[in-house]
Amino acid sequence: MAEPSASEADDTQAKASQMKRLAGILLPTLPILILLAVWYCAVRFGWVAAFLLPSPVAVFSSLLIMIMDGSLWMHASASLVRVGIGFSLATLTAIPIGLLLGQFAIAGRAFGPLVELMRTISPISWIPLAILWFGIGDNPAIFILFMASVFPLIISTRNAVVQTDPILLRVAANMGASPLQTILNVTLPASIPYIFVGMRISLGICWVVVVAAEMAGLRSGLGYLILDGRNLLRSDIVIAGMIAIGLIGLVLDLAMTIAARQLARYGYLKVT
Amino acid sequence: MSDMITLKDVQKAFGDQSRSNVIDIGELTVRKGEFLCVVGQSGCGKSTLLNLIAGFLRPDSGVITLAGSRVEGPSADCIQMFQEYGLLPWRTVEQNIGFGLEIMKTEHAQRVEKVRQLINLVGLTGSEKLRPNELSGGMRQRVALARALAVEPKVLLMDEPFGALDSLTRLNLQIEIERIWAMTGKTIVWVTHSIDEAISLGDRVIVLSGQPGKIVATFEVDLPRPRIVADQRAVDLKMAILDVFGIHAINQPALLKTAN
Repeated sequence: MAEPSASEADDTQAKASQMKRLAGILLPTLPILILLAVWYCAVRFGWVAAFLLPSPVAVFSSLLIMIMDGSLWMHASASLVRVGIGFSLATLTAIPIGLLLGQFAIAGRAFGPLVELMRTISPISWIPLAILWFGIGDNPAIFILFMASVFPLIISTRNAVVQTDPILLRVAANMGASPLQTILNVTLPASIPYIFVGMRISLGICWVVVVAAEMAGLRSGLGYLILDGRNLLRSDIVIAGMIAIGLIGLVLDLAMTIAARQLARYGYLKVT
Repeated sequence: MSDMITLKDVQKAFGDQSRSNVIDIGELTVRKGEFLCVVGQSGCGKSTLLNLIAGFLRPDSGVITLAGSRVEGPSADCIQMFQEYGLLPWRTVEQNIGFGLEIMKTEHAQRVEKVRQLINLVGLTGSEKLRPNELSGGMRQRVALARALAVEPKVLLMDEPFGALDSLTRLNLQIEIERIWAMTGKTIVWVTHSIDEAISLGDRVIVLSGQPGKIVATFEVDLPRPRIVADQRAVDLKMAILDVFGIHAINQPALLKTAN
């Protein structure tokens, strides 16, 4: 009976897939652990001065304290609300404009270069005008976030529309669809996966930009938290804030990816 | 029988001096209810001919009429079907079939009923809620056929509709299309490069060839339906059509190969 039984074969297979899963978790964790170890040693053995780079222990204890007393959540939610509003306004504006620029070639040729030009202007450079126009508070930050995400989204929506399968457009034309019917029934649904890729990128940009926007005169948000930490010479708070920004950014990106996968399940083209 | 489609002195060329994809049809008439097959090699202008009849392309000169009136652009009277199906991937089978009816703003209850009947007609009962990526090629083409029939066109234009299907599925669908054609009495213009398919389906087979693409031969297929391709008369007809393409020795595989 040299042949392995079915259950044994199952066992080895299960073990192999378990190992694979373990490796999948370990592999990306290892560099993080190494980074933390080097960081720790650098401070512990005095390679760098502690006031320049606090030890990971100090950073994580400040992070923990800010989580416990709720201040981290307060700042994070302030940033998230601003991003939420700025990004939503940008999405609601960009998708219709992108659809029009894609659907009507003349409009695309007319406005395309302008949008490209606007996109290349760093959103941070809007800060002086934003404050001049909207004063101090949430509004200038929301404006900056809007400017940061609206142009990339217009461009990705337009590109998505232009790439619509020509056969689908012919089917719609054959049935006598009006331009509006074509947009609503063919172009928009066909573009959704690509629009989603654009949204994911824009949301990432927003999350990067909000930190800078909050350093310009706001009294809340993760950007403010970092600036405040610097003013207090508390590098541990600065780094704790940076870690929080990174982790929340990852969660946002993951949420977009999951949403995209959901769309793919409903027959929209596969998004990678 | 009255004329459904007429072409008179129709010419179409692409580009400036380009000699490719040019078509030149002196005269072509398709009778109401006729099943016309168009055969020819790749690049002879078969698809261009369909696009002209469908109104997706305008001829450089000449006149095309559909049901007595001049073709000025695409219309639901004349629905084109494609080898690539052209289904909307985010819509289910029934939503795809109802697409044209939605565009025409057909009343909801009426639409639902019609879609149900068509699902029955094309043999898709039980697959109503599936999406195109869950269907086989043959089933997808059935959906496309039902969607085309839903808007009650006078004419169906089929551009290699079964070109992407395996040969058994293809034969099956040929039988189906013949049954549905007989039931509905639609006029069909069917482009294919399969001579067997043309002989088994067409009332008439026209051969398109040359640059510019012209109708170089016309064959009436006067055989009882359903047809058997192995029938001696069908074989004779096939030999005659192959002869047009300069393929004379059907029983010599080496010669066939070079001709292809």
